[in-house]
Amino acid sequence: MSFDSPAIALGASFIAIGALLKDIGFNLEQSIFSTFLTYALPGSLVMAESFLVGASLINIFLAVWLVNARLYPMTVSLMPLLLHKSQPRWKYYLSCHFIAVSAWLIMKSNYQSIEKKYRIDFWMGIGTGTWSIAIVSTIIGFLVSDYLNKDMMIGLAIVNPVYFACMMVGAMKSLQINLSIILGAILGPLFFFVSPEWSILYGGVLAGTLAYFVGEFK
Amino acid sequence: MSEMSSNIILVILVTSFATYLSRFLGVVSSEKIDAKSKIFRWFNCIAYSILAALIARIVIFPAGVLEEADLWLRLIVIIISIIIFIISKKNLVYPTVLSAILLTLLNNYL
Repeated sequence: MSFDSPAIALGASFIAIGALLKDIGFNLEQSIFSTFLTYALPGSLVMAESFLVGASLINIFLAVWLVNARLYPMTVSLMPLLLHKSQPRWKYYLSCHFIAVSAWLIMKSNYQSIEKKYRIDFWMGIGTGTWSIAIVSTIIGFLVSDYLNKDMMIGLAIVNPVYFACMMVGAMKSLQINLSIILGAILGPLFFFVSPEWSILYGGVLAGTLAYFVGEFK
Repeated sequence: MSEMSSNIILVILVTSFATYLSRFLGVVSSEKIDAKSKIFRWFNCIAYSILAALIARIVIFPAGVLEEADLWLRLIVIIISIIIFIISKKNLVYPTVLSAILLTLLNNYL
């Protein structure tokens, strides 16, 4: 089992967040509160950037909503796999808080080995585990930030995309998914020249839709 | 409580609400979607594409400190890490740990 391995990448990313939050003037309690309540890395980065330039609350809301809108298709493509009549609804509404790239990718590659009735419980376990690592790492990042130099921060920052890229390569098991991933990686950056804010949603929705149709009608 | 810290609390609350909203609406929609349906497969493709687009954007057009390493250094580290991942039979520890060390060293000495 390689269950210890996602912890390193996840931990490195949130250590970077903890250091960043301290840098922009959050105290320790506020930094913990932030990861505890948000637990989605790109959203926290956007929040920090917006806060630094003194953006209004409405602007922060819109910027974060936009960058985290990917959580909607991620939830829709995960929860139906976990739904079971015998399980209470509150579990789904509570545990959707754990939907973030790491936990989602782990669940997507493991759900088939879990009996459907117990999948939501398994998911809550994965979610609590990854979420706890994120919170503890935020604390570590906040506390050690004075000892991290710029080069170490750059090194920490690459760990997250490397981890996600490897997990994506690991998920490439059908024509539809392979195409989705390859087209998304090409169209996302291309749309950056059209609109930096909307590039991920535009590029992602177009790439996913193309891949879907190619896969369905081949 | 000072004005600054109540402001930070508000920023955190607004951020977490904006984030939870998409997750919540996702669960509401999921109640009506069968895991074998076409719409599920479509959303599945979109979810993977958006993630791939996000990763590519972070590497090619980074927002934070990553900007300070050259584009070609970032690309080389990503490619080497994926090769290590494949060679090591999909172990995540080697590529993630090595990527941090590799980029720090390359950025320092090149």
